[in-house]
Amino acid sequence: MALLEVDRVTKRFGGLVAVNEVSLSLERGTIASLIGPNGAGKTSLFNLLSGLYPPDEGKILLNGNSLLGLGPDRIAAAGIGRTFQNIRLFGQMSALENVLVGMHPRLRQTSVAVLLRAGSFRREELQAAARAREILALVGLKNKDGVAARELSYGDQRRLEIARALGSGPQLLLLDEPTAGMNFSEAQFLMELLRRLVGERVQSLLIIEHNMRVVMGISDRISVLDFGQKIAEGSPAEVRSDARVIEAYLGRGKWAEHA
Amino acid sequence: MKRFAYVFGLAGYIALASLWVYSFPQSVFAFLVFEASLVGIYFCPVADKLKLFFLVVVTVILLPVLGSVNGYYLEVAIQVGIYIALALGLNIVVGFAGLLNLGFVAFYALGAYLWAIFGSAQANAFIAGGHFPLSAGWFFPFLFLAIAAGAVTGFVLGLPVLRLRGDYLAIVTLGFAEVMRALLNNLDKPINFTNGPRGITPIQRPPLFFQGLLQALGITVEPAAVYPLYFYFLVLVLVAAAVLVSRRLEDSAIGRAWKAIREDETAAATVGIPVVKMKLFAFAVGAAFASVTGMIFAAKQVFINPESFTFMESIGVLAMVILGGAGSIPGVVLGAMVLTILNLQLLKGLSLWLNGLRQSGTLLYLPLLGDFDPSQIPVQFEPAKYERLVFGAILIVMMIFRPQGILPARTSGRNADGTAGS
Repeated sequence: MALLEVDRVTKRFGGLVAVNEVSLSLERGTIASLIGPNGAGKTSLFNLLSGLYPPDEGKILLNGNSLLGLGPDRIAAAGIGRTFQNIRLFGQMSALENVLVGMHPRLRQTSVAVLLRAGSFRREELQAAARAREILALVGLKNKDGVAARELSYGDQRRLEIARALGSGPQLLLLDEPTAGMNFSEAQFLMELLRRLVGERVQSLLIIEHNMRVVMGISDRISVLDFGQKIAEGSPAEVRSDARVIEAYLGRGKWAEHA
Repeated sequence: MKRFAYVFGLAGYIALASLWVYSFPQSVFAFLVFEASLVGIYFCPVADKLKLFFLVVVTVILLPVLGSVNGYYLEVAIQVGIYIALALGLNIVVGFAGLLNLGFVAFYALGAYLWAIFGSAQANAFIAGGHFPLSAGWFFPFLFLAIAAGAVTGFVLGLPVLRLRGDYLAIVTLGFAEVMRALLNNLDKPINFTNGPRGITPIQRPPLFFQGLLQALGITVEPAAVYPLYFYFLVLVLVAAAVLVSRRLEDSAIGRAWKAIREDETAAATVGIPVVKMKLFAFAVGAAFASVTGMIFAAKQVFINPESFTFMESIGVLAMVILGGAGSIPGVVLGAMVLTILNLQLLKGLSLWLNGLRQSGTLLYLPLLGDFDPSQIPVQFEPAKYERLVFGAILIVMMIFRPQGILPARTSGRNADGTAGS
């Protein structure tokens, strides 16, 4: 059974069909990418997968269990973590606290234990803090745990968002343009990190990315969206030579003649 | 060596201020200087245990003693305590969870009327048998009932409301408080629940459970002298409990979830925080704080009517939270202290001083203006009546120059082991 099974999912906004009968299947242990021109529906598909929008039609299964009707918090607890294209950290909270918030679904403390500062609560907090520091070190934010998120550099913020998503121990991690705004070495570090994550921390990654060097470098499979529809799918080499993909990115030859 | 200097400096300041208040019991200024020692304790760079020691000395020993010199000081301290507890409750809703609640006073009224109705003869109007007023012994069980009633009401109101965001929530809470006040004003017919605008009196005061002990020790006490002290210590315990509960909630997964919701609700949901549930919880906890505080307020006042629970009260408490620093526990405590003292002492003191000046008949020499007869100051000019003007001005100035409050919330929280964030 595939980790994630998306079956003919459709989302409409008024007259606009943002996602049109898209099907996807994601195997464990793989890195998949979602590419396509701006407005192709990539982020909309992420929002459907993470429960921010309910789909109008179609099914989404994680480990064979339907995610339909679950809110974003339940989907996160079920095992899908995500980051955002326009970084959405908790700016006034420290890096450590951001990761701790990400661990929320795993924490078992009750309000009574919190008010009494019960031993179980203190142990859990200590363990959680230790785990959060370990995750921060993993993404390359060692010694930044006390810094407020909004005071981190842009690249650090992108990595902190990944750390926060890792907090809940997701099986599937959705990354929306993880290397946007990063310089070459930062992007290089991130690719290394993403490769390490698969199998070690998460089962699979699904990435939206415009940086083709990154996409071609780390993807096992690539799906191409255009105008809400999946127009191609396959290995990097297959997608690179697909006529419809080239058309979607560069336009038709006929139009090119006119230009 | 330097630490000793701080400790002695602080101790000296407190001793001198106390002596000053003791020698000049009518001097508002002396008492303000004494009150400032609490701020001094907070900022003094000494160990936390030592701070706690000084705090206990000032609040548990010195203030009651000074209160015996001038009873009004104890009244001020009680009022300050009540507003601190209210502001800490609102801080959970507004400061931690970021939900703008403009009708917080409704929950305060709820607790107050809960005890007012059953702790007076009022309940006889709708429950036959003449069981009321309940004996003073019911006061403490009712404190827990007030906490529960506040939490449940907060929860029930929150259910339909907390799916709204920002401005919409503010309007609904505002409306709720007005509905509450209208109910209190009008539920005197057909069945008399609240006695309408006439209010309820006399309300049972808490039991003097320690009287037997005092008598055994050979101390006879006048109830009139003992109640202010009693309420002072009751409020002190309330404030201590409110601070403790606020701090513990803040430094837990609950507090982090609230702050995450405040910062970015959508992001909070996608990392697995049940947003509506956590908001409901914040609303319920805040309401419980207000309700239990209201009950103590009712018992202290002996008389309450709907006029004590106007929109201005909600705004006043909100102003304390904003002024001190939303989300910051020391900030909110300071905000409540500053605004309550400003209102009860500073403006009133200024009014008294102006009145004295008017009646003294002396001429003042002012630079540029020449001689000035203070009796010409119109009687309408009375600072005590300008509470709202001063509140408004303070808020405007704060929003422009320091929107995060006097003592802003810290960004990097304490770590789980209680040490400061690195």
